[in-house]
Amino acid sequence: MDFVCNVPFFCIVLCLATGVVSSVLKPKVAKFLSVTLVSVCLIGSVCVLLYTVNTGESFTYMMGHFPAPWGNEIRAGVLEGVMATFFCTVMLLSLLGGEKYLKIDIEEPKQNLYFVLINLLLSSLLALIYTNDLFTAYVFVEINTIAAGGLIMIRSNGHSMLAATKYMIMSLLGSGLLLIGITLQYDLTGHLLMSNIQESISVLAANHEYTVPLTVIIGLMSVGIAIKSALFPFHAWLADAYGYSTASSSAMLSSLVSKAYIFLLIKIMYRVIGTDVFWDSKITNVFFVLGVAGMLFGSFSAIKEHDMRRMIAFSSVAQIGYIYMGLGFGTELGMVAAVFHILSHAATKSMLFVACRGLSEVSGDKKDFSDLKGSGFRNKMAGVAFSVGAFSMVGVPLFAGFISKLYLTSAALETMSVKMAVAVIVLAVSTILNALYFIRAVISIYTQRNEHYRDASFRPGKSFCVGMVCFIVMNFVLGLASYPIINAIEQGLQMFS
Amino acid sequence: MLGNLFANYYEAVSVILFGIGFTTLLLHRNMIKKILGLNIMDTAIYLFLAAKGYIFGRKVPIVTGAVPEPEKYINPIPTGLVLTGIVVSVSVTAVMLSLTIRLYRRYHTLDIDEITRLVKEEM
Repeated sequence: MDFVCNVPFFCIVLCLATGVVSSVLKPKVAKFLSVTLVSVCLIGSVCVLLYTVNTGESFTYMMGHFPAPWGNEIRAGVLEGVMATFFCTVMLLSLLGGEKYLKIDIEEPKQNLYFVLINLLLSSLLALIYTNDLFTAYVFVEINTIAAGGLIMIRSNGHSMLAATKYMIMSLLGSGLLLIGITLQYDLTGHLLMSNIQESISVLAANHEYTVPLTVIIGLMSVGIAIKSALFPFHAWLADAYGYSTASSSAMLSSLVSKAYIFLLIKIMYRVIGTDVFWDSKITNVFFVLGVAGMLFGSFSAIKEHDMRRMIAFSSVAQIGYIYMGLGFGTELGMVAAVFHILSHAATKSMLFVACRGLSEVSGDKKDFSDLKGSGFRNKMAGVAFSVGAFSMVGVPLFAGFISKLYLTSAALETMSVKMAVAVIVLAVSTILNALYFIRAVISIYTQRNEHYRDASFRPGKSFCVGMVCFIVMNFVLGLASYPIINAIEQGLQMFS
Repeated sequence: MLGNLFANYYEAVSVILFGIGFTTLLLHRNMIKKILGLNIMDTAIYLFLAAKGYIFGRKVPIVTGAVPEPEKYINPIPTGLVLTGIVVSVSVTAVMLSLTIRLYRRYHTLDIDEITRLVKEEM
């Protein structure tokens, strides 16, 4: 076993330890430690990715000296490497981009606590990506929930606290359902390690025993995770939570937290229940319908909004609908499209949130459309980044969003059923709706009309510029050089089960 | 089917309790009652989980002196999982209670609809 195989375990434990230590450090030291930690985890994830791509198979790491099923297990393949690399990159760039606004939004004595939450969030994200045990996944889902709730409520105005309350309530409902699903499947199979559960469930499904309990388990776990990741009818908490927190928090919540739960659902699909049983149970049809509904309702709600950040938050509802529609196709290409959309949405949405905060900074900290007119000229870096993000969300070729729409449409055309017609029509309608509110926003920020904020001498901070430039580069990489990434995702999904 | 429900009355009661906790968490307006509903919901899941470990006629898995024979004890794993779950539940209760304290200090009410109205007026 090479040294690289220890990296996932090191990263998780290092994040937890740094989180504990940061609670007593001064804010500047805590921030430096956090940024260093995310960079170290990024380098580690890249090493894991290169190792798994070179060896062409996934490796299993035994925790402690006890083999399964007495000990816990971590498993890493190409897909886990890709996801970990992207998550660490997006977290690093969100921290860099939103660094200045942390000092404005959070009171001085509490700033180091923000970095404690960031470290805990990173540890739970990495653990959710790498774990091979279902109950460990549940524990880290709860750590994820608490860290995300803390990220929302650390800004102590009324909106943030109310948003955090609603977020915690909905999230805990989802966790409760997930836990009942895990308990029920433990009763059926007696195992908690994902590989063992899959063997038992495939035996049960082949003998047609316990069909109703299996369906109930699949339903409970899926609905629990769907509530936590804001699928259509359960999205009420999203607009407040993303719209009223500080810029880095919104960026990390929208790109990382919801997507970690969707990745856990994909893992459950492949490794706990097995794709055949999952796709036979017809729950994919439920995902498809709810995803399609989310795409339409999210866009309609975004068009009605006047507050720029809530508009971007409602656009997240629509994008999560895309991902669930991809999952709902029930084919391999659909899964590849859904995973690629997770990556492209993570890269774009975080850039949009941080750029929007940059635009409102030069407009007297207001977020209404009428106040943001012309801010693209006052803060050029944020304006360019916002435009790139908007074009990517709409799906203009050259940008990341176009590739994900292309793959989603290919996956739709592959399923020869009524799903194909519905998906293609809704994708087209949704693109038009996205264009309606995003292009309107881009035109609005580049309309030279507002005399109140004539501050031509505004220079954005260094870390903001670095963050925005890296985000734009990442967007173009995903849009132009997507072929190797898609190959890696396909290879990863094949070795996933 | 009713016979099955009575035979597995632990699981049936725990599902009823889960429903009570779920609706309390969602539908009550008072924050403290919501937190109580959350705890009832979580406790119902622990009852469900602990009932899964019980095997009729066997003892608590505590070894006193003699060499242990596994056939004499109930399944100890679900109780371990319940312990983990209790820790998680305590943490989230602490987070929710601290949120309630902050909201109360600022708005002097525990009613979430009232707080929503006051927050909207603040804008």
